[in-house]
Amino acid sequence: MSIEVRNATKRFGDFVALDDVSVSIPTGQLTALLGPSGGGKSTLLRIIAGLETADSGSVSIEGRDATHEPAQKRNVGFVFQHYAAFKHMTVAKNVAFGLEIRKTPKEEIRERVDELLRLVHLQQFADRKPSQLSGGQRQRMALARALAVRPSVLLLDEPFGALDAKVRKELRDWLRHLHDEVPVTTVFVTHDQEEALEVADEIVVVNEGRVEQVGSPDDLYDAPANRFVMGFLGPVTELSGRLVRPHDVHVFTEPPAGLASTEGRVVRALRVGFEVRLDVALVGVPDAAPTTVTLTRAESRTLGAEAGSTVWLRPAPHALTLAV
Amino acid sequence: MARTSPWVRLTLRTVVIVYLVLLVGWPVSLVVRATFTDGLTALRDALTDPTVVFSLKLTVSVALQATLLNTVFGVGISLLLVRTDFRGKRLLSALIDLPLSVSPVVVGLAIVLAYGPRGDWFGPWLTGAGVDVLFAPLGIVLATAFVSLPLVVREVVPVLEEIGTDEVQAARSLGANSLQTFWRITLPSIRWALVYGVVLTLARSLGEFGAVKIVSGNLEGRTQTATLLVEQRYHDFDHATAYAVAFLLAAVSVACITLVTYLRPAHGNAR
Ligand SMILES: Nc1ncnc2c1ncn2[C@@H]1O[C@H](COP(=O)(O)OP(=O)(O)OP(=O)(O)O)[C@@H](O)[C@H]1O
Ligand SMILES: [Mg+2]
Repeated sequence: MSIEVRNATKRFGDFVALDDVSVSIPTGQLTALLGPSGGGKSTLLRIIAGLETADSGSVSIEGRDATHEPAQKRNVGFVFQHYAAFKHMTVAKNVAFGLEIRKTPKEEIRERVDELLRLVHLQQFADRKPSQLSGGQRQRMALARALAVRPSVLLLDEPFGALDAKVRKELRDWLRHLHDEVPVTTVFVTHDQEEALEVADEIVVVNEGRVEQVGSPDDLYDAPANRFVMGFLGPVTELSGRLVRPHDVHVFTEPPAGLASTEGRVVRALRVGFEVRLDVALVGVPDAAPTTVTLTRAESRTLGAEAGSTVWLRPAPHALTLAV
Repeated sequence: MARTSPWVRLTLRTVVIVYLVLLVGWPVSLVVRATFTDGLTALRDALTDPTVVFSLKLTVSVALQATLLNTVFGVGISLLLVRTDFRGKRLLSALIDLPLSVSPVVVGLAIVLAYGPRGDWFGPWLTGAGVDVLFAPLGIVLATAFVSLPLVVREVVPVLEEIGTDEVQAARSLGANSLQTFWRITLPSIRWALVYGVVLTLARSLGEFGAVKIVSGNLEGRTQTATLLVEQRYHDFDHATAYAVAFLLAAVSVACITLVTYLRPAHGNAR
C-alpha cells in the first residue's frame, strides 16, 4: 500500500469534516475519491498532502510515517482545481520550480523540463506566462510541475472541475493514458461519478465525512454496499419497495403469465437521445413518485407503449435491487 | 453615463477643475513662483546654508529609516492579518488605522510620554542605558514611522487577500520552505502594491511636521528637519529660504506622485 490513512478525524469548529476515516491506497494505481459536495474529499486529500493536519489519526506514505511531516517534506505532487499557477513565472519556470528548490544542476533541470513539457504537449508554450494559456493548458502545466520532482504520490483535487464539459472529457482520457505511461500512484478527487467510473482503477466513496465503500468501478456499480452508493453511482428508481436501476426494469403490455408484476399507467414518455424514459404511476400507490424505466429506442418501438398506456413492470432477472 | 447631457458634463468638469486649481494648483504654483522670483538665487543660497543642508539630509535620512521600518513591519503585519487567525485580529487591524485618524500632535505627545526621560516605563530605562529618544533622531524616526504606518499595510493586504494561498500551498508541496516561498512566490505577487505603499510612505515621511515638532525639540543643526526649518524661516522673515525648501519638498512629492500614477495601471494587472 502506498498511502495508509488510519482513523483520521478532522473538525472545523463543531463541524466534523472527517469522522474516523481509514483508507489504503494501492501502489501504482489511479484511485478516485468520489462523493457529493461537502463530503470531505478535499479535506482527506489535503491531509494526505500535509496541507491540512488531522485532529487525530495517522498518515503514512510508502511505509514512512508522515503524520507530523510538513508538506514540503512529503514529496507529494499536488494539483489544485484552480491550477495555482505561479503567475509571474513562465511555463518552463513553473515546471522547473520544484527542481530549483532541490538545487538540481541547471542542465538537468533543462532536460527534465523539456521532457515534461513534451509529455503534456506544451513544448511550444515554454516561454509563455500562465495567463496566456487556456484552462486545460494551465492544468496540464500544473500537472507537469507536480510530476517534475518525481513525487512518490500524485494528488489531484478536482483537476478538471473548472473546465467545460468537452475539455474535461479530453483531459480525463488523457490523464488515463498519462497514468499508463507514468505509473505513479495517483489519487484524484471528483464528484462526477462518470469521471470516476471511466478513469479510476479503484474508487473510494466518501460521504458526510465517512468512507461508504471502496472497490473497483465494477464492484461499486454491481454490488453497492448501500443505497447511498447505489444512488450516487447511477440512476435509481423504486419498484415494489425495492431500489432498482431504471434500465433493469422489464416492461410488458400484458400481465406476464406466471410471473409476479406490478400494474401501472404511463404518465409520461420522454425521448432523451438514444433512449426513451417512461414515468409509470403504479396502481395502488397513487401518491408515490412514479417509477422510472429506461428503454432503448428499438425496445420502445417494439413495445408500443406511450403516455396513457397500461403496463406491467417487474425487475429484470439478476437485476441488482436493494431494500428501500 | 450615456444619458448625461454634454452641458452637465461640462459644468461638472469645470467645477472640479476650478476647485482643484483654487485649492491645490494655484497655491503650489505660487510657491514655485516665489522660489524663482530672483532666478536661481534663492535656491542656491538655501543650498549653501549649512543649516538648510543639514535639515534636508536629516529629513531624507529619517524618511528612509521610517520607510524601511514600515516596509519590513508592514509586510509582516499584512501577512499576519491575511494568513493567520488569532484572537484580537480585528483590534489589531483597527489599531493599524489609528495613525490615519489621530492627529500627529497626539502621536508626538504620546511618544514623549512613553519614551521621555520622565515617562512612565520605557523612557527612564532607555535614558539609563544611554539611548536618547526625545530631541534625537531616533525619536523623529519613531514619530515618523508611527504616522506613516498604515500606508504599506493598506496597500498590501487587499492584494494578499486577492491572491489567496493556492500558490503558496503549491510551492510548499513542491518542497519550498517558508522563506523560499516568501521570496519566490509571495513577494513577486505583491511587488507592485508594495512599491506603491513604499512610495506613499516615503512621501508621507518626508512631509511629516506635527509629531516631529513635538518630539524633536526643533534644535537647529541637530534635530531640525526640513519642514520644521520652513516654518521657522518663515516666521523669522527669511521667506526666500522658506520658499526654496518648500519648493524642494513639493518637488519630491510631485515626483513620488508621478511615479505612483505611472505604477498604478500596472498595479492592477501586472500579475
Ligand atoms: N477551512 C475550513 N473551515 C471550515 N470548514 C471547512 C474548511 N474546509 C472545509 N470545511 C468544511 O468541511 C466540509 C468538507 O469540506 P471538503 O472541502 O473536504 O468537501 P469536498 O468533499 O471536497 O466538497 P467539494 O466537492 O464541494 O469540493 C465542508 O462542509 C466544508 O464546509
Ligand atoms: Mg473539494
